Amino acid sequence: MSVAFAIAAMLAELASGPGLVVLVPLVSAIGLAFVPNPRLAGWINAAAATLTLGLAAALPFEARAGLLLRVDPLAAAMAGLTAFVGATTVWFAHSAAAPEAGRAEAAGSGAWCALFQLVLGGLLLALLSNNVPATWVGFEAATIGAICMTGLPRTEEAGAAASKQALLCGGGLALAFVGSTLLYLAAVPALGSGLPAMTWSRLAAAASGCQPALLSLALGFLLLGYATLAGLAPLHAWVVDATAEGAAPGVSVFSGCALNVALIVILRVRGLLAANAGAIAPGAPIMALGLASVLLAAASLWRQRDAKRLFGQSTIGQSGVAAFAFGLGSPVAIAAGLLHLVLHTLTKAAIFQGLYLVPRREGRFDDLAGLLARHRGLGLTLAAAIVALAGLPPFGLFTTTFLILLETARRLPGLALPLALGVGVCGVVLLRRLVFVVAGEPAPDRGVAPPVAALVPAWVHLALVLVLGLAMPGPLAGWLAAMAEAVR
Amino acid sequence: MTGATPGFGAVLSGLVLAAAFGLLYQRRAGGLINACALQAWALAAAAAWQGVAWEAPELIVVGCLVLAANGVALPMALRRGARRAGIGPSVVAMPGIPVSLLTAAALVALAVLASATMASPAQARGEIAVDLSVVLLGLFTLASRRGGPGEAVGFAATANGLILGMVEVRGMPLVALWTLAVLALGGAAMLRPGGQLR
Repeated sequence: MSVAFAIAAMLAELASGPGLVVLVPLVSAIGLAFVPNPRLAGWINAAAATLTLGLAAALPFEARAGLLLRVDPLAAAMAGLTAFVGATTVWFAHSAAAPEAGRAEAAGSGAWCALFQLVLGGLLLALLSNNVPATWVGFEAATIGAICMTGLPRTEEAGAAASKQALLCGGGLALAFVGSTLLYLAAVPALGSGLPAMTWSRLAAAASGCQPALLSLALGFLLLGYATLAGLAPLHAWVVDATAEGAAPGVSVFSGCALNVALIVILRVRGLLAANAGAIAPGAPIMALGLASVLLAAASLWRQRDAKRLFGQSTIGQSGVAAFAFGLGSPVAIAAGLLHLVLHTLTKAAIFQGLYLVPRREGRFDDLAGLLARHRGLGLTLAAAIVALAGLPPFGLFTTTFLILLETARRLPGLALPLALGVGVCGVVLLRRLVFVVAGEPAPDRGVAPPVAALVPAWVHLALVLVLGLAMPGPLAGWLAAMAEAVR
Repeated sequence: MTGATPGFGAVLSGLVLAAAFGLLYQRRAGGLINACALQAWALAAAAAWQGVAWEAPELIVVGCLVLAANGVALPMALRRGARRAGIGPSVVAMPGIPVSLLTAAALVALAVLASATMASPAQARGEIAVDLSVVLLGLFTLASRRGGPGEAVGFAATANGLILGMVEVRGMPLVALWTLAVLALGGAAMLRPGGQLR
């Protein structure tokens, strides 16, 4: 196949439904960079995110595997989640941040809107891509957007956090690129030179024929690279700083969705190695990174007094739980890990939206003390989100954490104790902070009550987390099982 | 990395690796920028050479892109930025030059060990070792050279290593597009808010 024909085929794919899911945010990002009117930029941002969500909703009915794009149940579900969180975040920013004209992350800031769409489009490209380098390019675009968003407040702390994020994520991207090149080399004996050897669906079908030693080496680089982007230990340091200093509404997208995308890539690579008899077993290194992240989060959460940093560290722990489940590799563990990612993303977005509405917003728990008494709606929202994140019933994270622990005890009993210890410590720390929010000495009120409309997106997220914890609809459970089986 | 044309191509790849060591040997901002430009020129020559040897015009395009971006535009922008920011001649080298060079040697050894585990032809193993070494040294430059143009040079050096890896894979499709994407990473690191030289 000639290069010109391949490029033409890829461009044609961009005109399809899945292609538009990627194109709408990316084109909006370019357009928004040239919109001088802040109010207009906010509306365009909201319209683009809503349109993207509408297009993503049709993805489950558009299964395909082309040269550039692939829509399978996993890609459709995660792209739908990303588009959903993107849309609710934009609407939240639109209703909550507009009065704060002048703040970098305000909905009216054209730069924030453009960067947000760049992050969203990049993540959707990475998720829907059927092409290994295109997955990398999508992640690169999202990472560049996220780094710029972190530095957007233009404070010294934000600049330092952006610098650390650029350093670690840039390194992660470089390692992932080396891994992608090695993956191509490993696939050449089975698929020959050319585009098929860098196409995820073809790789999955021909994994057993790939060169095992090169495949194992590729795993090392891809795992280190994408684990950095997923916020897994030991290259997790950027997550906490970026979460604490970044433009708050955007954090909820990158903190949840981007980490998911990196873990999904790790899951796909794991499937390739599992299908090759000569390659190393991928489960152990993935589980090691996951467990290290959970234990590290448990150790660092204990003394954290800054709310945004605490929730950033909790993100590392939750990412670790999902990675551990993927490393276990059984259908139940993978399905539970995928559901864990979905529920954590929804919960974390609700938390960051709530934190953004706290008067003064310096991010310390002192500002959250007795919040329930001062702003009942906001206090209840944050309290419910913290209960959900702590992994308590009736919310869905309880179910997934329990399933992963149970599966660990069944398959690797020796690892169940440290995992349970890490998860338990994280939960206890969050509950201690919950007591502070609910029954702490109320701090002097230093701001007006947030508009009720601004809380609606967080309520929608929490309602979904609650419903999925109480009862899993049959078709959804079947879909989840199909996803897990497809990537095993 | 597939090992088709030994000889001059290997010499040019070796020059890219030598320039990566040169980056770690520089104390002055000017020297660091010159070493980075030299590495990009060697990479551009390696890409063009492979393009001629394999009759792959796309690789010649890659050479031109690298030369324009990392060989000319980036050094010019860094020199101008350093002048505007009033940066003195020295660059902060966190571990110091002797320790940096020893660490670099250890990283090269690691790359050789990693490539030796593979059942590829011996020549391909050598090429993979060189490519991995350049990437690892670029990452080390990125992590250890803070202040002034150190961070931007680190990104460029890492990008050069990634592009060298692609250039040496015979038949790698769409290599010019991926080169553009890799070069964009270094450019974004320069342009991000708060990322200006200081």
